[in-house]
Amino acid sequence: MSLGPVGLEMERKLTERFSPVELSVIDESHHHAGHSGARPDGESHFKVKITADAFTGQSLVQCHRMINETLAEELKERVHALSIQAKAP
Amino acid sequence: MADVNEWIESVVKDNDVVLFMKGTPEAPQCGFSSRLTQILGHMQVPYQGINVLESGTLREGIKAYTNWPTIPQLYVKGEFVGGCDIVTEMFQNGELKKTMEAGGVAVEA
Repeated sequence: MSLGPVGLEMERKLTERFSPVELSVIDESHHHAGHSGARPDGESHFKVKITADAFTGQSLVQCHRMINETLAEELKERVHALSIQAKAP
Repeated sequence: MADVNEWIESVVKDNDVVLFMKGTPEAPQCGFSSRLTQILGHMQVPYQGINVLESGTLREGIKAYTNWPTIPQLYVKGEFVGGCDIVTEMFQNGELKKTMEAGGVAVEA
């Protein structure tokens, strides 16, 4: 499923901040249709898989915080759920 | 919000394992919260479940307390361990059991 404007913006911000070795932003909103937080126009539930040098030596909590900070705007206004798999190369 | 912070602090310090969640351990209201109740249930760890849906102040307060944007949130011995993804990953790689045991919490599985 191709990304909409919110997903693309998340992808852009993560790329800019982390220059990741691997990155996939996956829109999983269709799995959550009708759940609390789901929106009729989708782009509410995302999964991010990211591998970047910035995560070397960081705890999982620290890695997730860095990603959450990068996507703070999306998490605040728009995105109901963000699942994160972050690792160092 | 000072009162909420104090309340949260007392809860996470007075209970070895605390799960801030949507719904209750018996009736989780969200798939992510549900997953963590299943993990803790599987490990047979006694924990205090706190339903953030009962209070908007608490729901926002816990996010500010940890600087963590999502719920559920797991605390062991007063320390924030992680949200759904991290706790799941730690359960799968054995780190969660180590964290519990390091905090003096008995784990069955």
